[in-house]
Amino acid sequence: MSELHDISFTLNGKPVSATVDARLNLADFLRHTLGLTGTHVGCEHGVCGACNVLIDGRSARSCLTLAVQADGAHVETIEGLTANRAIADLQHEFVARNALQCGYCTPGMLVTAAELLARGRPGRQEIREALSGNYCRCTGYQAIVDAVEAVAQARAGSKP
Amino acid sequence: MSEASGFIGRSEPRRDAKRLAEGRGRYTDDLDAASLGHVAFLRSPHAHARILSIDTEAAKLSPGVIAVITGDDLAAVCKPWQTRLVPFPVHSSPPQYPLARGEACWQGEAVIAVVAATRAQAEDALEAITIDWEELPAVPSLEAARADQAPTVNGAKSNIGLDYAFAAGEPEKAFAGAAAVVEHDFVFQRQTGVTLEARAIVAEFDPRVRQLTIHHSHQVPHQMRDVFAAQLGLPLSHVRVVTPDVGGAFGMKLTAYPDEMAVAAIAVLLRRPVKFTADRLESFVSDIHAREAKVRGRLALDADGRLLAMDVSMLSGMGAYTNYPRGSVGEGLQTVHMSAAAYRLPNYRGEVRGYFQNKPPTGVLRGVGQPIATTVTEQLLDLAARKLGVDPAELRRRNYADATKPDAKSIANTVLGELSLHRCHEKLMALMDYDGLRRQQAELRGIGIYRGVGLSVYIEQTAVGPGIYGPLQVRVSANETCRLSVEQDGSIRCETSITDQGQGTGTALTQIIAEELGVEPDAIAVISGDTATAPMGGGAWASRGTSLGGEAALRASRTLKQNILTIAASMLQAEASTLRLERGSIRNSAGLAQMSVADVAAAAFYRSQLVPLAELPPLEITESFVPRTVPYIAANGIHAAHVEVDVDLGTIRILDYWVVEDCGRVVNPLLVDEQIRGGVVQGIGSALYEQCIYSSEGQLENGSLMDYLVPMAGEMPDIRIAHVETPTPVTTLGARGVGEAGTVAAGAAIWTAVNDALSPLGAVVSSQPITPEHVLDSIDRARR
Repeated sequence: MSELHDISFTLNGKPVSATVDARLNLADFLRHTLGLTGTHVGCEHGVCGACNVLIDGRSARSCLTLAVQADGAHVETIEGLTANRAIADLQHEFVARNALQCGYCTPGMLVTAAELLARGRPGRQEIREALSGNYCRCTGYQAIVDAVEAVAQARAGSKP
Repeated sequence: MSEASGFIGRSEPRRDAKRLAEGRGRYTDDLDAASLGHVAFLRSPHAHARILSIDTEAAKLSPGVIAVITGDDLAAVCKPWQTRLVPFPVHSSPPQYPLARGEACWQGEAVIAVVAATRAQAEDALEAITIDWEELPAVPSLEAARADQAPTVNGAKSNIGLDYAFAAGEPEKAFAGAAAVVEHDFVFQRQTGVTLEARAIVAEFDPRVRQLTIHHSHQVPHQMRDVFAAQLGLPLSHVRVVTPDVGGAFGMKLTAYPDEMAVAAIAVLLRRPVKFTADRLESFVSDIHAREAKVRGRLALDADGRLLAMDVSMLSGMGAYTNYPRGSVGEGLQTVHMSAAAYRLPNYRGEVRGYFQNKPPTGVLRGVGQPIATTVTEQLLDLAARKLGVDPAELRRRNYADATKPDAKSIANTVLGELSLHRCHEKLMALMDYDGLRRQQAELRGIGIYRGVGLSVYIEQTAVGPGIYGPLQVRVSANETCRLSVEQDGSIRCETSITDQGQGTGTALTQIIAEELGVEPDAIAVISGDTATAPMGGGAWASRGTSLGGEAALRASRTLKQNILTIAASMLQAEASTLRLERGSIRNSAGLAQMSVADVAAAAFYRSQLVPLAELPPLEITESFVPRTVPYIAANGIHAAHVEVDVDLGTIRILDYWVVEDCGRVVNPLLVDEQIRGGVVQGIGSALYEQCIYSSEGQLENGSLMDYLVPMAGEMPDIRIAHVETPTPVTTLGARGVGEAGTVAAGAAIWTAVNDALSPLGAVVSSQPITPEHVLDSIDRARR
């Protein structure tokens, strides 16, 4: 069952090198090999979005990505996005508006929203569509949409 | 009310939210331990089959495998269990073991456990196991289970698991003399909880002292401690259950699951730590299911549109075994007793028959029966309104229960107490511009656009006391307790029996304590979810956290404040009654700060020889609260949905959604609104998307998140919420529960809205989820 590969990639701005099983997915590698448990696993077949991370700036399902596919890439997880304060405004709005209850979907939701906000100033329906690959059982989504919309407006307002 | 420092009633953001939004949550699967073994289960591929032989030899040699364990192996360390509900002796299934022995009774029942160094290796080894099965006849549907000569589901004598009826007045006579009678058949498809975090458990056993420590994604740690101790034959003091961050629960995580019991038993058997996290595919076939029901409802009215009688007859699906320890009767009993609860009704008859089936056991899911009762009642009211030519809102207005006194009850003995049905109704009418919507609806129908307005009035049983599980003689505690202490630095430590899966009940307790005790919220630490520190109590179920746990915290705060002030007064040589405690500071009658809580703590803990009191009052207070004069505290409200149905495609778009709710005193509006919105979306999921589709052989055909539809952001509406506050007199705090209210009413609002939209076509939907196919079938049926 084992077929080992050497991989090297940039994780949250720092180089990582490892020897991994070919079948190991990126989510399990992050969570169980590296101990970065902020990335969550909800369905393991690419539907729920809980495992979303940024790979070369694009949101991607880490449960459908093999660890070997990260070779040479830039990967950012919730831990990195928190540390470099790239989404501090978004996290602040999530907390202020209670856009999370159990918090299990939140890291993936934030990753998706981070990518969306990086592309421009989305409107409310665009936000709803963009978040439609992230399942949240607790909130009913409205506070999440509110939070993303507020950040979109604030970022647009602060630009010259 | 105490001197209002104003913490109660504020929209305080949750304290835990920042940590969770930064990815610093600590869920059960995030936990690790030295030499941790990972458990994977071989689950029955058949809905019903006898195990003729098991060959695990090859699996034992698979790389990384620590042990391969069968039902017989675990029977040596774990006793079987049986749910017994004393008033319902028919609700009985054969003894259950952690792993199936002899036969498997549903597709997904755990049969063999493999423990390996990694989960992947455990799953590899499963493939090397051979079981020789003899398939037995499966009875998955309600029809199959109740048929004459039906094969039995689980080896018991018959498939009937509940046979209950209730009647009041003379319903048949009332039906015979009524001006209008409507009736309708309803189908509620089976659904499941789909928490984003699947079930997970880590069990560690220290053989030196025979101490079992369980980390568990669960709602009720004290219940589970009791269960694990009893089944594994350990003294209660040797079992500790911790619930770390829990990624959604909704009643699904109230059950003592066989596979989780297996994990605890494996830890004891192997004397090493083991972990199990369900993957999504096995969640669908091993989590409890809910709702499966068929209901025939009838309603009789006089010519003025006054309700005369209602008759509800229900078939309820129970799955292969009774849910442990709470049973699987709630869906049926709540449907019978909550139907028409919000309305004046002189005659009523309700009955339910529940059947075992070769499917996963059914259990508790947010609302429990109340969503079915509300849907049946509200849909019948709309059919009656149409038949009598009365506006649906007006028909409800004419019939609201007279719930103005504490002892007010519905015809089916649901305790109503003091409610605000009329006030909520009128507030909703204004909020949604009901008359304007009706005018717009009529105009649009003229150009072939079918929009519907649906109303749903609900009563929710919240703050449930011992009156439910007590008479059933089930060991589920309805007490909630707060142990409130002053720490040596003057900060406040609250240990509570309630648990928080993201509802924010811990934050609500902080607000209550800050206000009632007179300290800053930042000075308070709330600790819960660990039986080693949490006082005994219920945990999280039946919308009880803030209403009951909050009341215990309020009472503890008041007593602790008196003790703090008594000590301060003795040191200040003042009368305690002239002192007050505000934001951590003890002030005299002139409002001048005299000393701090930290000063009192330092004096009491380190220099008590200086305190001139014969007896030093304790700076640790434990208060419990449980409602014993009423079985629960009812809450009420009304929802409205505005939908558009595409009559060519059968699709339904939700245009708007409104809620007016009364959960008594609102401790934190931000969190209450979140409970409502999340609950509404779950109710919409039930009404429009969610169903476990089973083949006639008992195979789940859509057991993945790709195939089982759940509500996502794109389809969900914004939800406008308004509050009416009628504090309950049952507690000093005055808060009623709110956790399930959204789900109790939302499905019904969608049903009535869709059928209102279809009414010009004479079509009525009768099955949830209301799929496009069902909409088109209903329209076709009406045209024929």
